[in-house]
Amino acid sequence: MPYTADAPVTPPTRDELRARVPGWGADLDPADRPAFPRERRDLDSGAHWVLPEQQPELAPRERSLEHERLTPVFGTAQPVKGASGLLKKLAYARFSEGKAAHWLLLVASDRVDAIESHLASFGSLRPDQPVTQTGVRGELTHHGWRSRVGRGRVDVKHTWIDPILVAGPWVLAGALAVAATRKAVSR
Amino acid sequence: MKAMEYRGPYKVRVTEKDIPRIEHPNDAIIRVTMAAICGSDLHLYHGLMPDTRVGSTFGHEFIGIVEEVGSSVQNLHPGQRVMVPFNIYCGSCFFCARGLYSNCHNVNPNATAVGGIYGYSHTCGGYDGGQSEFVRVPFADVGPGVIPDDISDEDALLMTDALSTGYFGAQLADIEEGDTVVVFGAGPVGLFAARSAWFMGAGRVIVVDHLDYRLQRARDFALAETVHFGEVDDVVLRLKRLTGGLGADRVIEAVGAEADGSLLQHIAGVKLKLQGGSPVALNWAIDVARKGGTVSVLGAYGPVQSAVKFGDAMNKGLTLRMNQAPVKRQWPRLMEHIRAGHFRPSELLTHRFPLEHIAEGYHVFSSKLDDIIKPVIIPAAA
Ligand SMILES: NC(=O)c1ccc[n+]([C@@H]2O[C@H](COP(=O)([O-])OP(=O)(O)OC[C@H]3O[C@@H](n4cnc5c(N)ncnc54)[C@H](O)[C@@H]3O)[C@@H](O)[C@H]2O)c1
Ligand SMILES: [Zn+2]
Ligand SMILES: [Zn+2]
Repeated sequence: MPYTADAPVTPPTRDELRARVPGWGADLDPADRPAFPRERRDLDSGAHWVLPEQQPELAPRERSLEHERLTPVFGTAQPVKGASGLLKKLAYARFSEGKAAHWLLLVASDRVDAIESHLASFGSLRPDQPVTQTGVRGELTHHGWRSRVGRGRVDVKHTWIDPILVAGPWVLAGALAVAATRKAVSR
Repeated sequence: MKAMEYRGPYKVRVTEKDIPRIEHPNDAIIRVTMAAICGSDLHLYHGLMPDTRVGSTFGHEFIGIVEEVGSSVQNLHPGQRVMVPFNIYCGSCFFCARGLYSNCHNVNPNATAVGGIYGYSHTCGGYDGGQSEFVRVPFADVGPGVIPDDISDEDALLMTDALSTGYFGAQLADIEEGDTVVVFGAGPVGLFAARSAWFMGAGRVIVVDHLDYRLQRARDFALAETVHFGEVDDVVLRLKRLTGGLGADRVIEAVGAEADGSLLQHIAGVKLKLQGGSPVALNWAIDVARKGGTVSVLGAYGPVQSAVKFGDAMNKGLTLRMNQAPVKRQWPRLMEHIRAGHFRPSELLTHRFPLEHIAEGYHVFSSKLDDIIKPVIIPAAA
């Protein structure tokens, strides 16, 4: 091992590289690299305003404590609702993005949202269907076994956890429901 | 209209939603003709991104036809074929004025730490995305671009994210002529980054993954050397040996929060969500870079802390560069590369799923079945 000033591995020559790789070196000059320099003031973004007009806030919109105003444009999909909504509102109103509590509350609210939404779906015309929604049919149509086995994939070591994570809560809820019904019937 | 709908971790379905409306004078409504699923969508799908609400429609890679425009839109007209960068951005704030289009301050009320992204949780602004028949596109005069006649739908679709991101990542790495470049991850983003590293003058490109069929693409498509990390004991040591003991001049991390390679980290970060993902690939990147070298991070992580080996990065004097890609800046030059015949990006589109079969599409891409590289979603109306 040559611990000298020379690079230990000599790269192929320009001609060799050009012959082997179409377009080799086309962007050698940083001036040809569109992301260089990273910050520049001479780009035309297409904006024809100094400050964009404000999108109307038709329903109260939660926002990060770090924003002193509602941004001129914002998404209106899935407004907060239910118990998860209360958690989300608390996370936004109380903790800035620098606080772990902000993110951990949001993560927790997502789990509550999933439970609430599943329960609500059972009162709707389209209850959640764990089997079709997980797309496991793809295992049959897209060679689940052949894609995984004997190919040196390292993720097979934890693939077994997924069905437990996904189906576990349903099995548990089912078992509880059965137990509760039994109890009610035996009374 | 029909749209993909998130129902909780690992569960999605197709549902009926209202066609989006113009909500701001510079909005446009786009009828989607083609969308894709990105590795980033898998982080949402697996429940790793805080404030991903049930009912969300994902999808930040899409092309389509302009259906309707708001009153202040000057540059777009109904009927035009457009590609839409995954970034939502105003074009005029402090950050946009400096070309940091992925870091806009005017489009995401939920967080200042990230810009706006279509269909990418409320943490990225609460916008529904393009795995759908129609989508609301804010700042129609800024983001979308009309697709030139000589650019195919497939190449245009890839330009909305994966291709632009890979190309951007190679630029972030500050490659100089003759450099050895190691790329972690042979997904679409990593493969495009590896292929682009040659444009910048790389002398060697080495791609690391554990999926044999993706490493095959790294050799055929990206013309790179490969290392299968499942087949070596110590991937960092192997890469050091391959680089004469000093490490790689430049390293590109195109894996992100769901990295494999450490069972413990994967279970803690990805399955149990105890940190902002599993930073295995990022730590390998730090270990493999030579002293004074550059690590370009494209992989996405959650906003919660992760266990990154910062001491090594400091002691080695590394330059760490990273961002969500400012997509539209990449387009003119990328189109020149495509027109010059340097490569055919669409070779990486391996699968097509009708929107009706989106659940299957997510499962197959997430589980990496059937030698999938990149899936395309076709809405019924397209
Ligand atoms: N910065 C941006 O603007 C931007 C844009 C798009 C995607 N991304 C991110 O880039 C990453 C890759 O996206 P993609 O679409 O190619 O995803 P992908 O899921 O198709 O590819 C990820 C690849 O990484 C491999 N991998 C897993 N662990 C590894 C490890 N320890 N070392 C090496 N390889 C490993 C996987 O086998 C897989 O092939 C994601 O995190 C995505 O969120 C960032
Ligand atoms: Zn993406
Ligand atoms: Zn902006």
